Amino acid sequence: MTNNPLPLKERMAIQRHTMPAQEPQKRVSNFKEVNQGFTPELAREEAQRCLQCKDAPCSQGCPVHVHIPDFIDQILAGNMLGAADAILQDNLLPAVCGRVCPQEKFCESQCVLGKKGNPVAIGSLERFTADSTAEARAARPQGEKPAPTGKKVALIGSGPSSLACAGDLIRFGHEVTVYEALHAFGGVLIYGIPEFRLPKTIVAYEVDVLHRLGVKFEKNVVIGKTLTINELFDEQGYHAVFIGAGAGLPNFLGIPGEELIGIYSSNELLTRVNLMKAYQDQSVTPIFNFQGKVVAVFGAGNTALDSARTALRLGAKEVHIIYRRSEEEMPARHEEVEHAKEEGVQFTFLAAPLEFLDNGEGWLKGVRLQRMELGEPDASGRRRPVPLEGSEFELDLDLAVIAIGNGSNPLLRDTPELQFTRRGTLEVNPDSLQTAKAGVFAGGDIVTGGATVISAMGAGRQAAQSINAYLSQL
Amino acid sequence: MFEIKAKTKIAPDIYRLEIEAPLIAKKFKAGQFIVLRPLESSERVPLTIMKTDPQAGTITLIVKAIGLSTRQLCALEKGQSVADLLGPLGKPSDIEKYGTVVIVGGGVGTAVAFAVAQSLKEAGNRIITISGARDESFVILEDDLREISDELIMATDDGSYGVKGFVTEHLRSLYERGEKIDRVIAAGPLPMMRFISDITREYNTPTVVSLNPIMVDGIGMCGGCRALVGGKIVFVCVDGPEFDAHQVDFDSLMRRNNAYRGIEQEKEHACKLEAEIEAVEHDQ
Repeated sequence: MTNNPLPLKERMAIQRHTMPAQEPQKRVSNFKEVNQGFTPELAREEAQRCLQCKDAPCSQGCPVHVHIPDFIDQILAGNMLGAADAILQDNLLPAVCGRVCPQEKFCESQCVLGKKGNPVAIGSLERFTADSTAEARAARPQGEKPAPTGKKVALIGSGPSSLACAGDLIRFGHEVTVYEALHAFGGVLIYGIPEFRLPKTIVAYEVDVLHRLGVKFEKNVVIGKTLTINELFDEQGYHAVFIGAGAGLPNFLGIPGEELIGIYSSNELLTRVNLMKAYQDQSVTPIFNFQGKVVAVFGAGNTALDSARTALRLGAKEVHIIYRRSEEEMPARHEEVEHAKEEGVQFTFLAAPLEFLDNGEGWLKGVRLQRMELGEPDASGRRRPVPLEGSEFELDLDLAVIAIGNGSNPLLRDTPELQFTRRGTLEVNPDSLQTAKAGVFAGGDIVTGGATVISAMGAGRQAAQSINAYLSQL
Repeated sequence: MFEIKAKTKIAPDIYRLEIEAPLIAKKFKAGQFIVLRPLESSERVPLTIMKTDPQAGTITLIVKAIGLSTRQLCALEKGQSVADLLGPLGKPSDIEKYGTVVIVGGGVGTAVAFAVAQSLKEAGNRIITISGARDESFVILEDDLREISDELIMATDDGSYGVKGFVTEHLRSLYERGEKIDRVIAAGPLPMMRFISDITREYNTPTVVSLNPIMVDGIGMCGGCRALVGGKIVFVCVDGPEFDAHQVDFDSLMRRNNAYRGIEQEKEHACKLEAEIEAVEHDQ
């Protein structure tokens, strides 16, 4: 059954639609969202492109297996709440995922239309579905609560893996409490991803959805310090624990001069700007003055691009992304790279920093770089950058941001029975996501190292299944 | 939650605050700290804990109203609550029986010095405490320190109270009088800790300093509190706050702590201007 009025041939003749966006020249001077979302007309036309493949390869490409053809069909039926429900079955954070999920690597990469040209803009449709139903979803009465199981689960951290895990556990009838160390809920969605990609009101809305379903949220509690995991079991009466504590301390380059003033880790820059709102005049959290400054960002992932685009919006005159490999190897989302280019971020590929230069007073004044060329593929399958002898050059800088990934969160390392890898990530059974400690499960960046929001959500849902199975045997 | 149960002004701009935080009061070990936000609009401020009362469920902080956020905190009255309070953070101090331990506290650093001294005393050490203040009006925590010290040297820079001179001079005289010192713990302004460290290096005395860098989250995420210790990057919020004084690069730490000085002054200036404009408009 399909609500699509068009025959296959006509569907395939429609070109993929791109979301309207703020003009680059305008958006670099504000922190408002870049993408503006589909209009109902655009959404409908885009939805008509879907071929409604029986085996739904797009769903198979999604880490949480959203029933994509179903929700698109509901859009065509004009039943937006039905479309939202089709997504919500598998993904409780559609407004977030519709914005920050790398669809080109997951669902859209599997779309049959993608093989012939351009895949259906699934992410944009997901976002449209979430946004256009936000008010109606908030207003409608809660469905019947599931029968309480009498089992309590504590979730550590309030980022995407915990939120996804909480959404499932509460629907299984368990009592769910999310513990957050910071003063706001959402983890990396709050402190990491900038406002111009993911407005914080959207995150607050999604958290509120869970709250209304009955999930309890406790801030200002850092598990491992305020309470230990053993205390959660022995004193607080929890029957299971999910660790979704996220990535941890930033990696640094390990080159001379890195202690100079004017060098941020991307985590620090983004935390000051996103969590502490340092971009707003009334914020009291200080930030270096970026007005008219030359800034270099080292790294090429989404965090590097977020840092570069944040620097532009803080008033930087020139922002350079410096990456030791070539554009092809950049781990960032394609859309973010395109957006950054439109905004005027300059890219220097195949160059690696050797040393930061001191202005004589302990402040950064530049960086000495070396040209690289690509050699044989390394363990990651990407071609290894090899230094070109005698190719050193200098770049004058006022500020620098290091965005080359994170280690793991160190606060739970003292927990007896938990086992960590040499990289500092948590060891789990890959099928059940259970740690070496009975009743303790984990997922997201603390297990995988830095990855994507949707992978963390997938892990949260997988863990919820295992926790449910574990609790049913108690 | 986080209600201020008692507030006392103990010196010009310095307050002793007892705040309700039962979980932290129960967990706290000497040397640890908390991060708080006085108001919803405040920045996150790291502060060391002086002591806790697990029965009453309170923690005691010594706070100098020196920047915007600490002024906001000290403007709160008994019965009001701070917006957010997280802890206890950082690693506890290494408490063992060392023998004779000299504790040096300067300014509000005296609070954490007291906490560590108290635990070391309980572990059977002989405690010599040197507490430094600018002048008589800034002398703090004398009674508390006396209780846990075998010998207490209250020093003021100008000699208006106790003995005259800097804490460094009094530490040196302890060595000169032939005192066998097994360990030195220093907490206070960075220049003080550096000078203490320089002296104890001469005498090869193991020395620990409690660092107080700029921090944002305090839970091992942002990397803003990094310092160089033994040539390697450490993160004070999770690896510290206590480190081997003789390995700490004080120069880079002092620069980092001053990194926002100009910016904050501009911001405060702007705030004051706004307040003045508002006042003028109000008058009209």
